[in-house]
Amino acid sequence: MVEHNLGDEHAPTIEEIEGVADYEVQLESLNQWQIAWRRFKRHRLAVIGSVLFIGMCLVAILGPVIFPYNFLDIKKPDVLVFAGRPPSWVSGDFSPFLLMGETARFQRDVFTLVINGARLSLIIGVGSTVISVVIGALWGGIAGYFGGILDSVMMRIVDSLLAVPILFLILVFSRFLGRGSWVTVLLIFGFFGWLGIARLVRSLFLSLREEQFVDAARAVGVSDQRIIIRHILPNALSPIIVSATLGVAGVIVSEAFVSFLGFGVDPNTPTWGNILSNSLEFVNQGNWWWAFFPGLAIVITVLGINFMGDGLRDALDPRSRA
Amino acid sequence: MTIESTYGSRPARVGPPPSDVLLEVRGLRTYFKVLDGTVKAVDGVDFSVKRGGRLAIVGESGSGKSVTALTIMRLIDQPPGQIVAGEVWFDGRDLLTLPISELRKIRGGEIAMIFQEPMTSLNPVLTIGDQIMEAVLLHQDVAKSGARDIAIRSLTDVGIPAPERRVAQYPHELSGGMRQRVMIAMALSCNPKLLIADEPTTALDVTIQRQILELIKEIQDRTGTGLLLITHDLGVVAETVEDVVVMYAGRVVEQGTVEEVLLGARHPYTRGLLNSIPSKGKRGHRLAPIRGTVPNPFRMPPGCTFEPRCPYAWERCVQEEPALIRLGSGGASRCWIHDPSSRARLDGYDHDTEVLPT
Repeated sequence: MVEHNLGDEHAPTIEEIEGVADYEVQLESLNQWQIAWRRFKRHRLAVIGSVLFIGMCLVAILGPVIFPYNFLDIKKPDVLVFAGRPPSWVSGDFSPFLLMGETARFQRDVFTLVINGARLSLIIGVGSTVISVVIGALWGGIAGYFGGILDSVMMRIVDSLLAVPILFLILVFSRFLGRGSWVTVLLIFGFFGWLGIARLVRSLFLSLREEQFVDAARAVGVSDQRIIIRHILPNALSPIIVSATLGVAGVIVSEAFVSFLGFGVDPNTPTWGNILSNSLEFVNQGNWWWAFFPGLAIVITVLGINFMGDGLRDALDPRSRA
Repeated sequence: MTIESTYGSRPARVGPPPSDVLLEVRGLRTYFKVLDGTVKAVDGVDFSVKRGGRLAIVGESGSGKSVTALTIMRLIDQPPGQIVAGEVWFDGRDLLTLPISELRKIRGGEIAMIFQEPMTSLNPVLTIGDQIMEAVLLHQDVAKSGARDIAIRSLTDVGIPAPERRVAQYPHELSGGMRQRVMIAMALSCNPKLLIADEPTTALDVTIQRQILELIKEIQDRTGTGLLLITHDLGVVAETVEDVVVMYAGRVVEQGTVEEVLLGARHPYTRGLLNSIPSKGKRGHRLAPIRGTVPNPFRMPPGCTFEPRCPYAWERCVQEEPALIRLGSGGASRCWIHDPSSRARLDGYDHDTEVLPT
């Protein structure tokens, strides 16, 4: 094979003019992540999903800065008027304010609430998933790699925890620990959400540890710890990433659910769930906007994440790597 | 090569072997306990490799040759595997009693191993450079940039073009032959005293096989590394090594120099192997394969393990297991035919001696 160094400035050779050399150099420079990225870009729904999700993240990060109203600002209490005002574009008052209407009782701006809610909902979703993935990957990785009795014991622990009705446990914990602090909710979801990941990672490790490159690594003198983290885990990363992505969506929905039931995050720190919860008794007075917009935010975010997860699954699946 | 111990008797030597012996395996037994019973994959194996020497272990699939190699490195999964008995003396130490932390220094550092499948023995998500450098960093006192230089140098040594660029590439960007070269580069990067090559050419096509064997031999000559070659290919054996151990059903059935074993095969099994190789001289004739198959590991014959397939077998072979008998012509063979009481049969046996086709 003729060597071509395209980085240098030189007169083009015949091979380059024919385009052969370019093609080869380009092929060689791709690693598995670059290949996956190419495939991901071709997946239209996945790109739409990522735009939705990343857009929501930007709203969560930048929203409170750009839109500087504090949701806690209690406007002049119009004691007699309990109902909130509808969105300006519904009432025909085309002012730039009240984009999503106003809540009843404290007359807060729904838009401000939704933006601030985005921040906590996403932090809880992503943060607890990170905790779950770290615990689950280590637990499942150790069980799957060593196998035998250790594996049996560790996986029976997972089985027994899966038999516990986690939702009730979460309700109890979040009621009695931390009293509605979002950190507590994040930790609870993180520490109870790793079971599925552990099972996934264990099954991946069970098959990967039989690969010859693991024997080869051991024959070179690599320690078990290093084999687990540096040799096997990167090979198992694709399914873990997909599962984690979908996990974020799951936690956002669960958090909304728990907060909606009034067991989650304290209403003074808004999440989409507790905004919905507060709106409950006013929806039948006609304040549909109070419930509609946080609900829409949840739907858009979860849909975006799920599309993204599907795209990642297709892009990272080694069986479809052609 | 000395063959002083025989099957069933205690090892002839106690303690470390003389210093010119690099590796001495004594009475090695590796069993696998599975649901249906115990598989005696390696059942009393003795052999030794001199410093800078070349030894091949030959046998069919399931003869226990790969398990022997893995047992030397203690790479057998335990359970289900179990190293039941034996000693593996390497450079004055018994590897089977060494603590795992000490053993890890020997793995890759003093004993390197090349595996059968170059397509799967490199980690697909790490670059070639990373994988060679890992071995270097584990066993040599160098910084990362130094390790990279060593990686590039060993890639150059095994004849890989543009090594500076190759170190940044992933295994899937290389062909099978190139990957096996990378494995060899990795194995040799730490200047091991012993190289164990477990069927290093089986997965490669014939032209590449030759290149890889030449490469292993050339490097071995240059560095004085000992070589333990595991193979089922007698052609490879003839070209590559000095001494041969023939294994059948977990036991050594014949032992000797290449000339003794391949030209003057004494054991009926070795003869059968040689007869089943196609060659120019046999053109137009039917090949004579060994009839039957390797015995069921759960139901080993009570006498000689080769008896059910052996064209020369008689009653004694059914009842009693022969010992590894040392032969006057050099080497050893595990067959009753060499027993003084079978002298009458030996006469007939010697007449149909086959020679290695060349």
